[in-house]
Amino acid sequence: MAEIEFSNITKSFGTTQVLHSLNLSIERGAFAVILGPSGCGKSTLLRLLAGLEKVSSGEISIAGRRVEELQPRERDVAMVFQNYALYPHMTVAQNLGYSLRVAGVKRPEIEKRVAEVARTLQLDEYLKRKPGQLSGGQRQRVAMGRAIIREPKVFLFDEPLSNLDAKLRTQMRLEIKRLHRKQGVTSLFVTHDQIEAMTLADILIVMNKGRIEQVGRPADIYEKPASAFVASFLGSPPMNLIPATVDTDNRGIVFGDGMKISLGYALPVAPGTEIVAGIRPEHVEIGNGHIVPVEFAEELGNGRQVHLRIGDMAVSALLSANDKQVIGDALAIKLPSEHLHFFAKDGRVIDVQPTAHTVSKPETAERTVSVPALV
Amino acid sequence: MIKRVVFEDRWLPYLLIGPQLLIIFLFFYWPTGQALFWSFTLEPPFGGDAVWVGLRNLTEIVTSPVYHIAIRNTLIMSVATTVISLGLGLIFAVFADRGLRGMIFYKTAIMWPYAVAAPVAAIAWQFIFQPQIGIFGIVNQWYPGLWNPALNGAHALTMVIIASSWTSITFNFVFFLAGLQAIPNNLVEAAAMDGAGPMRRFFDLVFPLISPTFFLLLVLNVTTSFTEGFGIINVMTQGGPGNATQTMVYKIYQDGFIGLDLSSSSAQSLLLMILIIAVTLLQFRFVERKVHYAGSDKGEASE
Repeated sequence: MAEIEFSNITKSFGTTQVLHSLNLSIERGAFAVILGPSGCGKSTLLRLLAGLEKVSSGEISIAGRRVEELQPRERDVAMVFQNYALYPHMTVAQNLGYSLRVAGVKRPEIEKRVAEVARTLQLDEYLKRKPGQLSGGQRQRVAMGRAIIREPKVFLFDEPLSNLDAKLRTQMRLEIKRLHRKQGVTSLFVTHDQIEAMTLADILIVMNKGRIEQVGRPADIYEKPASAFVASFLGSPPMNLIPATVDTDNRGIVFGDGMKISLGYALPVAPGTEIVAGIRPEHVEIGNGHIVPVEFAEELGNGRQVHLRIGDMAVSALLSANDKQVIGDALAIKLPSEHLHFFAKDGRVIDVQPTAHTVSKPETAERTVSVPALV
Repeated sequence: MIKRVVFEDRWLPYLLIGPQLLIIFLFFYWPTGQALFWSFTLEPPFGGDAVWVGLRNLTEIVTSPVYHIAIRNTLIMSVATTVISLGLGLIFAVFADRGLRGMIFYKTAIMWPYAVAAPVAAIAWQFIFQPQIGIFGIVNQWYPGLWNPALNGAHALTMVIIASSWTSITFNFVFFLAGLQAIPNNLVEAAAMDGAGPMRRFFDLVFPLISPTFFLLLVLNVTTSFTEGFGIINVMTQGGPGNATQTMVYKIYQDGFIGLDLSSSSAQSLLLMILIIAVTLLQFRFVERKVHYAGSDKGEASE
């Protein structure tokens, strides 16, 4: 059953339209992550759901109830803000209990629930402190506690980890995941960090310029991006996107430097069409094939990233750690056709026969997604 | 950590602060010292040295019934103008902070009175409150004598309070607005998500966060309310009718500059200064404890 439902949502600020007729539904208990560059409308979508902004048109429902005309407090949602938005003049306990106090809950009951939440988040020792006396990670936990204590139907996270340092971010990411496992509350998490998105999401929504580009499981989106934008946004280092021309028999492509790849199947476009071919750096094979110039190689510890050129396009390739070969001025590379993605000039994916891609279907959402470990 | 910068030349620092010290000495310490001296002496009317009279000037003034009236009026005016100008300044600022259309015009319009000198403001208010020519005189057509500040002391005092509040609302408005705009929007939104309505948010969140501003303005307003109002009273009522708008500061002027009794006038200045110092200390002692300063617990790291 859909817990959150957006239908035909548009939103304009003055004459600027930031959301274009957007549809999205999120299942109960899912952890949905909206990923997109800044200014793509992802935070606006969250704020519309929270009731902090009004929709220009369209409908929003939470658990089957229309909410777009309701006040934030009537929507049964809680939000964790990017800069935590803790009340600076209140102690941690007062911050946690504020929503209950407003709701008129009796004092002993508030104290009991504050203690419970504090225990879950390991904040017991800090209840008497003010937010200014806490570290970034602790403030983050208080902000989460303030959301949890209300036992809402939906949690909203507005880039809650982006103010933390890299190490703490990884740690908090795990805590959020753990908490979601335990409580099973439908969550909507907004971020521009693709690793955060890949690791947290049951369902991933990629947005660009006020539109949804693709919705799906993280691994599916990673392996089968629906547009050049999605392809380049997910993965680190990102997918190589190289302009190419479809060969005369449309069963192969030619790159700018004359490198040819035969596909073994026909592309559903006219011969001679200009397209964009995509390949992930980890799929670029090194050893035999076309010789291309090398710019330099970067040591990553768990492997190397080699920067190459195909024609005038920069292309990167990932070498595993046990690949010890010396990188000189030129390198023979092969782009295996089964790992190639094709996009039209406008960025839409060109569908080839399904067998051409090896799409692995994850059995459960819990499947760990292998992402190059780069932060 | 305090960084100390040490001047290599011994005399340079004194040279640099010299002009400022000179100005303060000339315009504050010297007159104050002179007033202190006059408070305890009498100037013989036909010249000669001042005669030391000890506390006589002071005892004379504190036992004078008119002075009691002046103290009462000063306190009434002080409390009333402070409450009115802080209250309205805050209310206007809260409305201006909502960022509605036409707000730039409104903000500018509301800041204007601050640029108006007190006597000019007093004349402007006379056009409203003067029973013969003022707009407000219309109430006398409903019932004669309903409004006559020239005869009725309470009316006169009300009029003076309104005019002097009007000039200071603006000052408070500007400070309150700045304070309100410094509150991160996210905080207000978080409180809205937590279920607090606008009134609740104001008292639980917004007011505590602007309490440092409020305290600063309280101290400034109370202090100036003792000494200000002179320009307005001088133009509108000259302390009348029948001492109904006689205040401590106006009496200092009347006794000293019109009555030419510099000794009594100086003694009154001394008393007024002691009163202001005492009231300010009381505020720091009892009100400031409730103020939340953002820096006191490092505040929230602003993003």
